[in-house]
Amino acid sequence: MSPPRFLLLPSTLNHEPSTMNPFTIHTGTVVAVDRANIDTDALIPKQFLKLIGRTGFGQFLFNDWRYLENGQPNGEFDLNKPAFKGATILVARNNFGCGSSREHAVWAVAQYGLRVVIAPWRAEAGGERTPGFADIFRNNCVKNGVLTLELSEPEVDKIFGVIKAQPGVTATVDLPKQTLTLHGQPEQSFQFEIDPGVKDYLLRGLDDIALTLEKEAAITAFEQQHDVQLAPA
Amino acid sequence: MKQTLYDKIWSRHVVTELADGWTLLFIDRQLVHEVTSPQAFDGLRLAGRKVRHPELTFATLDHNVPTDDQTVIRDPVSKAQVEALRKNCKEFGIRLFDIGTPEIGVVHIVGPELGITLPGTTIVCGDSHTATHGAFGALAHGIGTSEVEHVLATQTLRQKKFKTFRVEYAGRLQPHVTSKDMVLKLIGEIGTAGGTGCVLEFTGAAVRALSMEARMTICNMAIEAGARAGLIGPDETTFNYIAAGDRPYAPRGAALEQAIAGWKTLATDPDATFDRTLTIDCEQLAPQVTWGTSPGMVTDVTGVVPQLDQVKGYGRADVEAALAYMGLRPGMKITDIKLDTVFIGSCTNGRIEDLREAAAVFRGRQVAAGLRALIVPGSARVKAQAEAEGLDKVFTAAGCEWRYAGCSMCLAMNPDQLRPGERCAATTNRNFEGRQGKGGRTHLVGPAMAAAAAIAGHFVDIRTW
Repeated sequence: MSPPRFLLLPSTLNHEPSTMNPFTIHTGTVVAVDRANIDTDALIPKQFLKLIGRTGFGQFLFNDWRYLENGQPNGEFDLNKPAFKGATILVARNNFGCGSSREHAVWAVAQYGLRVVIAPWRAEAGGERTPGFADIFRNNCVKNGVLTLELSEPEVDKIFGVIKAQPGVTATVDLPKQTLTLHGQPEQSFQFEIDPGVKDYLLRGLDDIALTLEKEAAITAFEQQHDVQLAPA
Repeated sequence: MKQTLYDKIWSRHVVTELADGWTLLFIDRQLVHEVTSPQAFDGLRLAGRKVRHPELTFATLDHNVPTDDQTVIRDPVSKAQVEALRKNCKEFGIRLFDIGTPEIGVVHIVGPELGITLPGTTIVCGDSHTATHGAFGALAHGIGTSEVEHVLATQTLRQKKFKTFRVEYAGRLQPHVTSKDMVLKLIGEIGTAGGTGCVLEFTGAAVRALSMEARMTICNMAIEAGARAGLIGPDETTFNYIAAGDRPYAPRGAALEQAIAGWKTLATDPDATFDRTLTIDCEQLAPQVTWGTSPGMVTDVTGVVPQLDQVKGYGRADVEAALAYMGLRPGMKITDIKLDTVFIGSCTNGRIEDLREAAAVFRGRQVAAGLRALIVPGSARVKAQAEAEGLDKVFTAAGCEWRYAGCSMCLAMNPDQLRPGERCAATTNRNFEGRQGKGGRTHLVGPAMAAAAAIAGHFVDIRTW
């Protein structure tokens, strides 16, 4: 077994604040990982959760699939193929990001360079939709300026088809217009839905805590009338 | 307007409404562990912010701690993370249940047993299994590290209300069938995304008959069904649990009486409506065993590994990949699956009742030759109680390893890990690829099923064994 690589990385000693990049229009290469239920253990295995900084996680994204036993890149894994070098948009199947609440998974996604993850919602009986992303993961993405983009299963199937036929295809995500345009032959556009609060947040790249602290008066007023039920231990 | 338990807890914690249907929600308790907190404390330091309510914040060490000898952490990276939490708690004035204290343990075991977890409260932790606390009728869920920082700084969370999903467990459980089987069955039915966007409320006669500890096992795995939170309406069982024993953070005396009167108003109104409902018949429920790499890949112990295209909610390619990883083939009987390791513990099944259940099976028997059985209590209190009852002697006489408290092999961040290809029956919550160690194969079961499998060397039907 090779020694854990992260011990050698000076970047793990960084303690830079999580500044959020506003998200407006983004163009980049699209890469596919054709699996459903991609869990946070797959996104970043637990041995990398011991880092106490907020940086240096990108190199461990999909660690167990991306690297061979000897630590060399697995050439069979699409992220390692030349056509997808520098990809910034990832497409996968439903229930992406299930499992642990570890934000390290999103740090890995973001620090690898991905700005958009696409997964399909599923139509259920009675008109219900099962979201394409696990709740906590999606929430964590918002906090890190990563757009989780949901389309229908047939639409995501189309994207997988185009990537297979035209590896290295790029796409443009226009958040204000809520469109994804796949620059293949021919070009295809998809309209997507997004929570208006999340959209606003991403567009402006807001600092959550500062925003909430603007509600100081409301918090204080609430605290004065609320019983937290804590025994004085 | 008729309200659900979720509606009631929600409305009692609204600080103010925000734009676009978002709400600022007050948080009564934040639980903290070493893995998901260091970056949050760093964020506070960089912005010059304080912890708004250190007295509502409780920290423990669980994910990294060794369970063989807790005085020495050999892994320098683990040690740094443990040291970081100690430093952060000291700097920000937060209570830490440190190694060597009688309170230390897995965060979701510690909260309830110390009386930190109470009905009607809102509880968060940077850990998806925070859903566990919902067994008390507390709105509890996992959050990411950015949100941990947000709660530390503001004692609030920005949230949008979830949909409600009632799961009614009808009828009565047969002997040897447990709440672990109830929740695994649910995940098999609705899938690991079936509860996404929802808060689950577990109701029905079978739930009412469960102890608090058994209820915690169900709520613990709500997240495995995709739900951020699982809830059970508080009742006499809940109140008795809180009133009994040494729970230093729970109200006592007249304050407790008054609190109970308030908790009694929390129950979902009889005619309240839910966005979705499902009923599961417990009379017919058999012990459950997972065979794949997702908790929804589960079947009865009397069943077989399914054919590739016969698994509800999973495509052929997913099942094929899962079986390749697990080294199983369709048609194989579950009871023919042989094991190398058995792990009993975790926030799912590491409480005293779980250990009693396992000990009843191990008593006077021997672990199968060549099989490794690890028993890891969920907390120092659970460990002390088990030892007071002599359960540790039962385990060690049977050939099991008896350990200190921690998360241990549930997620294998400490030295307790599976080697590639090793197969484990685990009382934990996730059978993901690599979860218990790279290449390790996990089958999720309840404690008695795990103990019986340790003795037989393969899965057995605990009802007829």
